[in-house]
Amino acid sequence: MKHLLSTKDLSKDQAVGILDIAEEMSAVNSREIKKLPTLRGKTVVNLFFEDSTRTRISFELAAKRLSADVINFSAKGSSVSKGESLKDTAQTLEAMGTEAVVIRHAASGAAQKLAESGWITSHIVNAGDGTHEHPTQALLDAFTIRKRFHGAASTGKDLSGLKVAIVGDILHSRVARSNLHLLNTLGAEVLFVAPPTLLPAAQDWKAKFHYSLDACINDEQPDVLMMLRIQLERMNASFFPSEREYARGWGLNRSRLENLKETAIVMHPGPMNRGLEIDAHSADSPKSTVLEQVSNGVSVRMAVLYSLLSNEGLIND
Amino acid sequence: MTDLVIKNVTMVDGKVTDIAISNGVISAIGSGLSGTETLDASSLIALPGFVDLHTHLREPGYEQSETVLTGTQSAALGGYTAVHAMANTSPVADTAGVVEQIKTLGDEAGYCEVFPIGAVTVGLQGEKMAELGAMAKSKANVRVFSDDGNCVHDPVIMRRALEYVKAFDGVIAQHAQEPRLTAGAQMNEGIVSAELGLTGWPAVAEESIIARDVLLAEHVGSRVHICHLSTRGSVELIRWAKQRGINVTAEVTPHHLLLTDELVRSYDAKYKVNPPLRTADDVAALREALVDGTIDIIATDHAPHPIEAKDCEWAAAANGMVGLEAAASIAYQVLVESGQSNYERMSAVMSENPAKIARDQNQGQPIAVGNIANIALFDPQAKRSMSEFTASKSTNNPYAGMEMHGAVKHTIFRGKFTVRDYKLQEANA
Repeated sequence: MKHLLSTKDLSKDQAVGILDIAEEMSAVNSREIKKLPTLRGKTVVNLFFEDSTRTRISFELAAKRLSADVINFSAKGSSVSKGESLKDTAQTLEAMGTEAVVIRHAASGAAQKLAESGWITSHIVNAGDGTHEHPTQALLDAFTIRKRFHGAASTGKDLSGLKVAIVGDILHSRVARSNLHLLNTLGAEVLFVAPPTLLPAAQDWKAKFHYSLDACINDEQPDVLMMLRIQLERMNASFFPSEREYARGWGLNRSRLENLKETAIVMHPGPMNRGLEIDAHSADSPKSTVLEQVSNGVSVRMAVLYSLLSNEGLIND
Repeated sequence: MTDLVIKNVTMVDGKVTDIAISNGVISAIGSGLSGTETLDASSLIALPGFVDLHTHLREPGYEQSETVLTGTQSAALGGYTAVHAMANTSPVADTAGVVEQIKTLGDEAGYCEVFPIGAVTVGLQGEKMAELGAMAKSKANVRVFSDDGNCVHDPVIMRRALEYVKAFDGVIAQHAQEPRLTAGAQMNEGIVSAELGLTGWPAVAEESIIARDVLLAEHVGSRVHICHLSTRGSVELIRWAKQRGINVTAEVTPHHLLLTDELVRSYDAKYKVNPPLRTADDVAALREALVDGTIDIIATDHAPHPIEAKDCEWAAAANGMVGLEAAASIAYQVLVESGQSNYERMSAVMSENPAKIARDQNQGQPIAVGNIANIALFDPQAKRSMSEFTASKSTNNPYAGMEMHGAVKHTIFRGKFTVRDYKLQEANA
């Protein structure tokens, strides 16, 4: 595996393999000395054209725990704000000697472009491209689900038999797209729940669609309820009438939480709009995996960097 | 004195004959003609020189992409003897001065006739009608007006423009794109856009404007021309309007006849164009409409851009692709090679109809004695792998690497070769 651009590119064996490596990384992360020498001498660039402190820090920590050198490049205050192109920025950084580029960009396809344009030869990790994909988020979600449902016996397991409902702005969500592919690959059933304005007008997705969150919870009894963040820019673009109406229809609250089945979990990729798509009671309930997702994110990103960069490369393709 | 005799050429009706040219005019058609110079045209098809109703020559203002000279050289290689230069230059072609400048540049280049298209509104802004009468009366003799690149979206401005140009038999060529429905649009809205996470450009944004404009044209008794039809629904609307007797004409581009939105999966911006590449079903509807006459013409929407405008992430890239040198091959493949139609239709959609819509004098005329010798000699046996590099200054060529069937071997403009054996000749302006 040269790049991680889309969860669509992962076979079931590759995906389970990454999750299994992440299990080992997770063990490292619970040690006193949270460090492996694996990527010593390698340089990873975090090329962030969009603000995302959380994702950037998570990747930074992952690379550092594998002993890689890390450069953080953020578009603000850099030459990009003076009009430098993606191509020139990437080539400039690679000319300084980098092995991997972790890219976050507002344009869908930016990571694939970087991988396939011939501009640079580094390994590319997609850390979120526009409204397209965010594969490491889907991997950390899958890891978190697997851990909650299989616990210590997680290694080697997929997600078959589980129903995952993803609620919110599906249309604009890279998290939803990456989860769609990965969850299907891992054998889970995918349900999308949103007002019709926040679903694509046409698609050929392997998922079931619901307009009503209540109907979805009552009729489907999902094992996982994943709440997506509502971006501020959707508020004034007539996707829904008001925040309050959205929260009433598609927000997770105490009564909906109580309707979930006993073993169900509640996920959110963060950052949360408390009171909009999720209320404080749900966010802080024992069903919530929000903080586990954050810590698992580091393990999963270590696993991804390790798979791409270590010479042994446990993931073959 | 006969200057040139084209020997044993096949006419669009299948007859094999000779064509004699004297002083830039077709002087005789028949067998056994002789002249100072002869050209063996066995197995070549004689078509009237092509007329492109939709060309972006980029000059003045964007000479890094194309100039009138390089654009018309590319046109000549594609078999064209006339192009209509779109108004979105800098300055915009919205005054008599600018359109006359463009015409002069065309005359000086000498590779084909350049008919400037005038902007409908000042600066293409859609707010205030440009001085259409002044452009019509200028030396450029403008008859086609378009804000192409932008839609004349204000229904009142569109109504007035349709009415106003009746005074000099002009036509409005509408770029049908409802702007609010396409804010931030990146590609066709459908299954592929949903997967790629690119903002969709829905078919309804084109169709709703076409529906409005054919009804406006009917109401005010004007003619209207619709640029670059791209959807099945647009075809159905034009078909309905024509049945109703509305004076509407429509064009399709070579790329909308050949390419689909599946290509966008590469995120390669050479496939970014406006209106966007649509689905295979739309392509099938457009081909059918070109054959049955619902669509009147093929127009290239040749839109050169410099490398940096395409060698970037999709959202940052410019819309448009070059097409002058591929158009005839695509017309041939869709109409003749497919068995769906014939060379008469190819001649109509590439030459006669566009000249009629634009009211061009001395263009799009049948190959007949007494007419100006504007001729494209087409070799249906030719097979070529398209190069990224054409005579255009720009390389945003979606056909690069594709095998094309049929090619223009010689182009004769006013009796002189602009292209001979696939090679550009010195133009004598």
